[in-house]
Amino acid sequence: MDFSFLSDPRYNVIGAFWMTVQLTFWSAIGAFILGVILAAMRVCPVPLMRGFAGGVVNIVRNIPLTLIIIMMSQVIANQLGLKLAVREAGVNPQGYLDTQNFRLAVLGFIIYTSTFVCEAIRSGINTVPPGQAEAARAIGLTFTQVLGIVVLPQAIRAVVAPLGSVLIALTKNTTVASAIGVSEAALLMNTLIENEADKFTAVFIVIAAGFIVLTLPTGLIFGSLAKRASVKR
Amino acid sequence: MLYDIPGPRARRVNLIVSIIFGLGLAALAWWVLSVLASKNQLTGEKWSPFLEAQNWTTYLLPGLWATLEAAALSVVIALPVGASLGIARLSDHGWIRWPAGIVVEFFRSIPVIILMLFAFELWFFAFDAASPFAAVVIGLVLYNGSVLAEVFRAGILAVPNGQTEAAFAIGLRKSQVMTIILLPQAITSMLPAVVSQLVVVVKDTALGGILVGYSELRRAGSISASNYGNLLPTYFVIAVIYIVINLLLGNLSTLVERKLRTRRGGPVVEIEAGAQTDLMAARQEILVLDEPGSASVMPQQERGFDTRP
Repeated sequence: MDFSFLSDPRYNVIGAFWMTVQLTFWSAIGAFILGVILAAMRVCPVPLMRGFAGGVVNIVRNIPLTLIIIMMSQVIANQLGLKLAVREAGVNPQGYLDTQNFRLAVLGFIIYTSTFVCEAIRSGINTVPPGQAEAARAIGLTFTQVLGIVVLPQAIRAVVAPLGSVLIALTKNTTVASAIGVSEAALLMNTLIENEADKFTAVFIVIAAGFIVLTLPTGLIFGSLAKRASVKR
Repeated sequence: MLYDIPGPRARRVNLIVSIIFGLGLAALAWWVLSVLASKNQLTGEKWSPFLEAQNWTTYLLPGLWATLEAAALSVVIALPVGASLGIARLSDHGWIRWPAGIVVEFFRSIPVIILMLFAFELWFFAFDAASPFAAVVIGLVLYNGSVLAEVFRAGILAVPNGQTEAAFAIGLRKSQVMTIILLPQAITSMLPAVVSQLVVVVKDTALGGILVGYSELRRAGSISASNYGNLLPTYFVIAVIYIVINLLLGNLSTLVERKLRTRRGGPVVEIEAGAQTDLMAARQEILVLDEPGSASVMPQQERGFDTRP
């Protein structure tokens, strides 16, 4: 099998996977924060907030990610004029476009993934024994304190492994960013098999290996983290 | 319960928070609508194409059909593939178990788009003809076959041990135990998980519209939109179609689960709550619930804190 394309300066394999890692990293942080907020809203005493968060989660996670990402670029940015990067006059617009598309993609991934983070954390909240919240209320803590100091820390520790699955899925989902021209692994593979059609098996093996290298350690790390973090009862 | 039944003071606080939050939502909605209006997205000519039969018959319905066709065929093929892989992973022979395990783990850790691109080239290489449809179906079968293999495996493992022991005790062979004792019980127990996997498949068909060029609903919609010049309304309608289909499938899954819980029989395999996704399906925690009707079993959708007895 011919792997000569790996040393071809036209194809930056490492750069493409670095882009995948960057997309995953920023989306993961954003999705975790938004997911916790959504989960908190889903269990809070105010019915309107509960309904709102529930509605958002059920709507967003039933839309294909592809549609969300393409809408971010074609509808939200191009038609409604959302700008996430500064365009400087006289400079090659490619840099602006790259930054803009990268940030739009990250925003799309955050919105989509946060619904799954929310569901994972909510199922974690259900594993915390009711006695914990009852005891917290009995010593006079308010709802935000009960949730923030007592319940959420235990809930998140219980769902480390599912959050790991969400992270792995997010890593794989970043390939959808190729739909709006972010130069990550899937777009590189597309270019590669267009130019080097005869080597498509070698190309597939390289790209597949890249994703296994990214996802396998994530699974193992989160597996051992989950064991260490689990609350002994 | 995270909070007590509200007394007079808590009710007042709730009311105030509700009003502030409601006003915030209303302001947000007003802002969105005014942005849409200022960009001329709410005009009649942007939305009227959806009243024309031609738009539906030429673009949207064929697109929807393409989506459903690819999804249905993928599931029909992925089920037997998943069943064989799942059973192979439970084999007593290492030389069957290990390869099956490697295949399942390999295809679960690779993005579906990558699989589709590879399938596209492979098909082209083998038959000398481009077939986006085949690429989409092969990609989805490889991925979902592996995910379903894990569902099958969990389903078979969830059948109580006594069943296997009793079957061996009356002198059945290994293959008989699997086919007439374990599989029938496993299949009913994992039906809900399989139905929720349908949602994943339907959503993943949209991946075929980007790099391999399968004209599913999203892609067909973008062609319609460039024809009528109404991108935002078209994507809005497409999103609504997807949401309706997937909510129906999701409800079907809950319904099946509830039916199975109330009838006596095997346990129910449940995929982690968030699993209606490419997502969790990746390496999801499959929870195997023990007995139907036991304390740990609550309706999946209604496990919010406020509903806890």
